[in-house]
Amino acid sequence: MTSATSRPAPGESSSPRPGPRPKPAPPSGAPIRVTGAQSLVRSLEAVGCEVVFGIPGGTILPAYDPLLDSTKVRHILVRHEQGAGHAATGYAQATGKVGVCMATSGPGATNLVTPLADANMDSVPVVAITGQQSRPLIGTDAFQEADICGITMPITKHNFLLTDAADIPRAIAEAFHLAATGRPGPVLVDIPKDVLQEMTSFSWPPELRLPGYRPTTRPHGKQVREAAKLIAAARRPVLYVGGGVIKAEASAELLELAESTGIPVVTTLMARGAFPDSHPLHLGMPGMHGTVSAVAAMQKSDLLIALGARFDDRVTGQLSTFAPDAQVVHADIDPAEISKNRRADVPIVGDCKEIIRELVDAVRAEKENTSRTVDLTPWWEQLNALRETFPLGYDWPEDGTLSPQYVIERIGALTPADTVFTAGVGQHQMWAAQFVKYERPRTWINSGGLGTMGYAVPAAMGAKAGVPDVQVWAIDGDGCFQMTNQELATCAIEGIPIKVAVINNGNLGMVRQWQTLFYGERYSSTDLGTHKHRIPDFKLLAEAYGCAGLRAESREEVDAVIQKAMEINDRPVVIDFVVGKDAQVWPMVAAGTGNSEIMAARGIRPLFDEDE
Amino acid sequence: MTRHTLSVLVEDKPGVLARVAGLFSRRGFNIESLAVGRTEHPDISRMTIVVSVEELPLEQVTKQLNKLINVIKIVELEPAASVQRQLLLVKVRADATVRSQVLETVQLFRAKVVDVSPEAVTVEATGTSEKLDALLRMLEPYGLREIVQSGMVAIGRGARSITATAVR
Repeated sequence: MTSATSRPAPGESSSPRPGPRPKPAPPSGAPIRVTGAQSLVRSLEAVGCEVVFGIPGGTILPAYDPLLDSTKVRHILVRHEQGAGHAATGYAQATGKVGVCMATSGPGATNLVTPLADANMDSVPVVAITGQQSRPLIGTDAFQEADICGITMPITKHNFLLTDAADIPRAIAEAFHLAATGRPGPVLVDIPKDVLQEMTSFSWPPELRLPGYRPTTRPHGKQVREAAKLIAAARRPVLYVGGGVIKAEASAELLELAESTGIPVVTTLMARGAFPDSHPLHLGMPGMHGTVSAVAAMQKSDLLIALGARFDDRVTGQLSTFAPDAQVVHADIDPAEISKNRRADVPIVGDCKEIIRELVDAVRAEKENTSRTVDLTPWWEQLNALRETFPLGYDWPEDGTLSPQYVIERIGALTPADTVFTAGVGQHQMWAAQFVKYERPRTWINSGGLGTMGYAVPAAMGAKAGVPDVQVWAIDGDGCFQMTNQELATCAIEGIPIKVAVINNGNLGMVRQWQTLFYGERYSSTDLGTHKHRIPDFKLLAEAYGCAGLRAESREEVDAVIQKAMEINDRPVVIDFVVGKDAQVWPMVAAGTGNSEIMAARGIRPLFDEDE
Repeated sequence: MTRHTLSVLVEDKPGVLARVAGLFSRRGFNIESLAVGRTEHPDISRMTIVVSVEELPLEQVTKQLNKLINVIKIVELEPAASVQRQLLLVKVRADATVRSQVLETVQLFRAKVVDVSPEAVTVEATGTSEKLDALLRMLEPYGLREIVQSGMVAIGRGARSITATAVR
């Protein structure tokens, strides 16, 4: 290799000169002669890929040559492969399309491991394309060789190592199909350099060969009727809504089901926005930092109707004491989720949109057939009392510092309803889930399952690339922000004007909160020095990256600085919100305890106290 | 814990064994025995996996296995409704003084001697793992110098074929 690249691979045999520039694909599926790399780019175009986030390097280099000529696929050069991966998930979740990232072999590919694991946990449709060492070198510990298929086997829905350029169109088509259908997830396609370089024929569409992949989308009619019977008879039902409802684009159906039955709704961290926060039937988020009314509704329920949710430990708390009186209807597209953690009385496998649509009809039919109608008024009286007594709220810090919850609440209040929010992981993430009011699906994007710090900035970048006409705000922490903020350079150069609100409390806030509560206020390695030393100075850092840098340190400055950020649209904006370090996320179910022991605030256990 | 025998039809592709084995280990299940081989269909391999696990975790591992894209079909084979066989090769210390006793045991188990030397005989036996265990118990007093066993293979009784319906 003679060309200078970010990751040169010396010692490789000299590659043939790049082939002729690709001509436009013929309208029909007639095969044409191309290189493997051209076949890859044509396949990406044919499958409808619009944006690829990536970084070139030694083994993926051949693919970047025809990519330069593609008028359909935009490549966004990121600064770190992790940024490419999270950008792909941000893009996918904002648009509902498959997100695509690309990296070279070895370190390029291993840097994708965290975003792929993240996408796997949150069922995000992503296709990762990685270069691999040439076939004769595989298995010899060659330069920048890593067995990325082996490495990502447990964290992808599927992966391929291609050994023949003729397989490229089919592999790309299968990868997109696998990523987007059934339970969505990440798929990795690993392509050796010499496969990209060899001549092959390209034709589209290829025939998919996936004999072992037949996701069930149509629910079983008998199961739906069984569920409807339970729903019609339940006295304390709850619609437990998970991220699957957003993935299935089933918000309208959910609204109809909720309104036609009057059943209270809770939306998990992954489902925020699936049901309008302003809706009176909505009790908010359940789980470790959920609202008292949402947690209580599930604990006291006699029927949980789980829709695209997976009974995650952050929702159930101690499983043995979770919702002790409830029967369970569990609807999910992944049969393995049903009865994994909590036994389902009525399992329904299928696409949430179809399931909910059929449930609406089945419940209506059930109510018409049986004269008995259940009055949910007593149930609502109970829940409304809890909702009124224990609303989400926060106290202003006694030391006069700025309240982080206030900042996030104001961002939510001042931005338009279609604004997309991303978050990192920690206190700011929980507050962003609690204090921003989400009215529509795909406006809240976060790392729920894996809990990946550093998610916010690259995910916002991906989201903004996917929906350029809406505001995209990254609500980030000062810890998270320092893990991935190099993508601000990408945003500034590629014209992706995201807004980043750094909720800067100078600490790894959530860890610090646990140290306060469970480790006797012994603060071991949680002070980041972003307050004490102002290292880094986020305002200056932003400016160094070609972004607008703003700062707010008092209540009076908050609204003005948000307004100012909204007026800047020619470059990314970073706001350093310097907030108090002692604010805590409440309510809270302490890890390992039952949900009935939820604390509305420190020492206040509304449900537990009530039972005594 | 009860023992279950799973017949898993998979696409004959590189890495499939690693995917299946990896799934078992990462979900915390011990594979007692595993055998892989070709089937009457050129594109399909068949794995026979024996696991000791309770009913509920078995359901979960079967569902997780089904999620592997290369897995086409999974059937649990009940011992009563299937034929299960394992192959054993064992080198037994058997000089002239005990050789006839060893050979008698071998005959009782309908096993056969496949190699002989002045100090030892090598015995080949097939059967269920219980039968092979019994044979080994009988041979143990003479001195077992080396044992090698295959994984269990199993096939359902009767005319029905689990592969027939798995192929499009």
